[in-house]
Amino acid sequence: MLLLTLLLRSVGFYFFTSSIQNPESNNSYTAKLEQLKTIGRELAMGSQGGFGQSKEFLDLVKSIGEARSKSEEDRIVLHEIETLKRRINEPDIPKRKMKEYIIRLVYIEMLGHDASFGYIHAVKMTHDDSLLLKRTGYLAVTLFLNEDHDLIILIVNTIQKDLKSDNFLVVCAALNACCKLINEETIPAVIQQVVELLGHQKEAVRKKAVMALHSFHQRSPSSVNHLISNFRKKLSDNDPGVMGATLCPLYDLIAIDVNPYKDLVASFVNILKQVAERRLPKSYDYHQTPAPFIQIKLLKIMALLGSGDKKSSEQMYTVIGDIMRKSDTASNIGNAILFECVCCISSIQPSPKLLETAADAIAKFLKSDSHNLKYMGIDALGRLIRINPDIAEQHQLAVIDCLEDPDDTLKRKTFELLYKMTKSSNVEVIVDRMIDYMISINDSHYKTETASRCVELAEQFAPSNHWFIQTMNKVFQHAGDLVNPKVAHNLMRLIAEGFGEDDDAADSQLRSSAVESYLKIVDDPKLPSAFLQVICWVLGEYGTADGKYSASYISGKLCDVAEAHSSDDIIRAYAVTALMKVYCFEKSAGRKTSLLPECQLLLEELSASHSSDLQQRAYEFRAILDLDANAVENIMPLDASCEDIEIDKSLSFLDNYVHKSLEQGAEPYIPENERSGTLNISNIINRNPYEHPAHSLRFEAYEVPKLVVPTKLSPAVTYPTELVPVPEPSYQPTVSSGPVSDAGSGSGSTELRLRLDGVQKKWGKPAYSSAASSSTSNIDSQRTTVNGATQPDNVTSKSREPRQPHVEVSEEKQKLAASLFGGRTARPERKQSGSAAGHSKVSRTTNHGEDKAQPTTVTTAVQPPPPDLLDLGESSGAASSYSSTVDPFKQLEGLLDLSQDGHAVTTTTGPDLMSLYSGASTNGQNQNQNLNPLLNEKDNMNGAPNPSNRTASLTKGPSLKDALDKDALVRQMGVNPTSQNPNLFSDLLG
Amino acid sequence: MIHFVLLISRQGKVRLTKWYSPYSQKERSKVIRELSGMILTRGPKLCNFVEWRGFKVVYKRYASLYFCMCINQEDNELEVLEIIHHYVEILDRYFGSVCELDLIFNFHKAYYILDEVLIAGELQESSKKTVARLVAAQDSLVEAAKEEAASISNIIAQATK
Repeated sequence: MLLLTLLLRSVGFYFFTSSIQNPESNNSYTAKLEQLKTIGRELAMGSQGGFGQSKEFLDLVKSIGEARSKSEEDRIVLHEIETLKRRINEPDIPKRKMKEYIIRLVYIEMLGHDASFGYIHAVKMTHDDSLLLKRTGYLAVTLFLNEDHDLIILIVNTIQKDLKSDNFLVVCAALNACCKLINEETIPAVIQQVVELLGHQKEAVRKKAVMALHSFHQRSPSSVNHLISNFRKKLSDNDPGVMGATLCPLYDLIAIDVNPYKDLVASFVNILKQVAERRLPKSYDYHQTPAPFIQIKLLKIMALLGSGDKKSSEQMYTVIGDIMRKSDTASNIGNAILFECVCCISSIQPSPKLLETAADAIAKFLKSDSHNLKYMGIDALGRLIRINPDIAEQHQLAVIDCLEDPDDTLKRKTFELLYKMTKSSNVEVIVDRMIDYMISINDSHYKTETASRCVELAEQFAPSNHWFIQTMNKVFQHAGDLVNPKVAHNLMRLIAEGFGEDDDAADSQLRSSAVESYLKIVDDPKLPSAFLQVICWVLGEYGTADGKYSASYISGKLCDVAEAHSSDDIIRAYAVTALMKVYCFEKSAGRKTSLLPECQLLLEELSASHSSDLQQRAYEFRAILDLDANAVENIMPLDASCEDIEIDKSLSFLDNYVHKSLEQGAEPYIPENERSGTLNISNIINRNPYEHPAHSLRFEAYEVPKLVVPTKLSPAVTYPTELVPVPEPSYQPTVSSGPVSDAGSGSGSTELRLRLDGVQKKWGKPAYSSAASSSTSNIDSQRTTVNGATQPDNVTSKSREPRQPHVEVSEEKQKLAASLFGGRTARPERKQSGSAAGHSKVSRTTNHGEDKAQPTTVTTAVQPPPPDLLDLGESSGAASSYSSTVDPFKQLEGLLDLSQDGHAVTTTTGPDLMSLYSGASTNGQNQNQNLNPLLNEKDNMNGAPNPSNRTASLTKGPSLKDALDKDALVRQMGVNPTSQNPNLFSDLLG
Repeated sequence: MIHFVLLISRQGKVRLTKWYSPYSQKERSKVIRELSGMILTRGPKLCNFVEWRGFKVVYKRYASLYFCMCINQEDNELEVLEIIHHYVEILDRYFGSVCELDLIFNFHKAYYILDEVLIAGELQESSKKTVARLVAAQDSLVEAAKEEAASISNIIAQATK
């Protein structure tokens, strides 16, 4: 049945074409036509396969396409690998065959298998003289090799040669390869040539040369530093493509250091102004927006340049304002520019007027129905509240909607916003929400991130000790194993040191509330290890401090922990040390002490433990048991965890002993590095890792021994029509002419050598690696404590009662909004925000209505659906055609189905279909002239195609004919579109 | 900066991959597995962005094919969405109503075109016309090489017109 439909479909097409051709159509002619076409296609395919590949390869692609499972696919690929391994090593393979093998290798690699056995053949192919093969070779190596691959050294020579080629396409291919393959070590081999290519006559080459230099700069900034002035020069290239490409490296450079580029502010502003005024060629327009990608890049650069610089910022205000006014909010690209403007505004010195427009733009984003725009709105809001925290309040309901949205991406972004706007008044609500979210997700990366954010916020804004401890318990219970161990140690330190205030009462209160809550949950068998460590430590240190719990009770709990987690040595170590502390504190306080029987048992068990650490702890404990109270107090002073332990590094207390031994004739100690014999090697290596240029690799040919470096200056190309005058810095000439020319021959900084710094030494004696001194006091210094702050929740819920103007906003949401945003605002303000919320709701519904209405009007107007109206040129109406394009095949299919049902519809729909084809063909052919899609529609409606259209459709109607050809071609190869995935045939843009 | 480009079909089959940052073959498979699991299951009305390992992945579905690009946190998602569309429009212009099948059998051509649009993870050319012109220039060389094979079919094509 399906097959029949398909058959009818294609026959139908020929029927209609022929009927257009000669109204008195005869079937025999159609048949002949069809026959001839088939023969032609078969002939073409017999020699080289359907898409320029061999039958074999097409079969491979096909069989993988039809594979039903990943394992089946893997089996096919493995078989293919075997075949290729065998074939590729045969002698005398014709080059075209080899090219196909390489493409098959690319295919294998793309599917995730290892094709490294064939890499060398791809490398060889880059050496070929024919551009066709060379291009394939370059494509393959750029896909196969990472920049640190060993084979790259074999390609460098070819790249060097190709960069000198007369054919600009060869140069382009080589530059493409440069960007991916040239690594830090090989940059000096090509950099000279790449710099020369900046003055090439073809703009495509100049552009790629700029990008290649950019990628060099990313890999090794030092090797390109002396060439930076070239980027400035290229900014005034008269080709907009080159200028646009230059913005990429400049953006990176400015991001590293703003100051040397302050003089360019005027140029950037000027360029942006010209772009916005449509002074660039039309071909840079994208959906009627003038060069949007260049605009966005410029805005990014300006955001960097204007940050914290009033003078530069003031130059930008006008142009940013203009762009925002002009931007088309109906299209995606218009919104992209708008968003970038908001980012720029939030980064540069604030201007009240621009901030207002930015706030309006954000409001539009947040009220939109599109999730994408909402997401951008939340992002933008997060940037703007840094300058003006009040802005968030207008959008509270929109934010809460996003928070409760089923879309996880949006939710996450909103949490990021909340994180940024947390203050002491709303920390409880926000952190509670974050913890709930954290519990609900599985993605460990974001679980970790959310957990550490919760910890950070709790540390910064905690309103009370009790809340803080409770929050930390929750975080650790659910994500204890994911959070950084540092966080656990921070928590211990925080409990030990208190909140940094000299309030002992508050500190001890914090500790006892911690102890209390830990005793409650310590029996939970599923606590993560990091959390149990904290619990054990706190119980040991402070369990008995406030006298609420007896030593035996605490000891009992600790023994339980050690018993329950007998497989985790770290927890047991913490537990046994905690036990020791509890015992010591008791003893030094002069109370009667006796070890619990289970504690005794534990000690005995640990004394025979496999872990030497545990053993040692157990033995130490036993030793302490025998000491008197005085000694114990010295060893384990009460609450001394914050006191520094002084370490006598010179071990002076041993002096007596050493002295005595020496007197008794012992040999004196010689430090390791002073001992004879081995010292030479290590010293030399230590001292001079840099002064060994002997190993440097050379890429350039040996020079004639005249020692004269050919000083060819980089050609100074002057362009007649400069886009903008770019001021060059005063030092520029000396920098660009001198070092540029001799860069390849190897002067100081760029010379190639094996780098020995930072490489682990393999021979000689182990060097003492100085561990980074761990500073113990990196607790956030700006932490602000808000002990005993009033709890906003109660206040707001009461004040909310009397007024309730808009019923459609659910009470719960309002409450949440109030607690999130209303922390310190007074009542009237909140009232206003409530009404704003109502307003937003209304406008949203109208928006919705409009959206609903639009598509329907479109469809009614375009009753006979115009096929593929999408005009890829500079036409208007591309945006509108998105929704209205309909696959012509589907139309046909439907019609044929109808006719099979017995209705004689063919005749009635005939004209429509004819117009359909004529429409399609005109559209395809007259892409550049036919700017008015309405005209087409009109034709279609009338059903009377005008003569010119008709002839056009007869000669060639690219899109439809192509599609049908394609259809026939693949079916001939045995790919049946409907069998697995009918979408294979649908236009991607349809 | 764009770290990689992925084309994945709705069934999770890989149609094209291009890596601008270094990833080992093992990591690549893992990335593809992870991302196709995340992206293919997302509903149609949700954001076209996914946060992933500290990066953002922007994706867009065309017919049955997902175009995905991985970018940095500070990049503009909407812009990248349009870069994807820009690429698809160029493909469409090149193949003439491009469909997934074109990309399956002509993936190397899709690679060549991508190389003219993006380079080292940055957009290198925002003019469709310029890209088209360059690709055509390269193809004309290919055409010359294939002339003999195509000549017969050309003659027949002429005859049938």
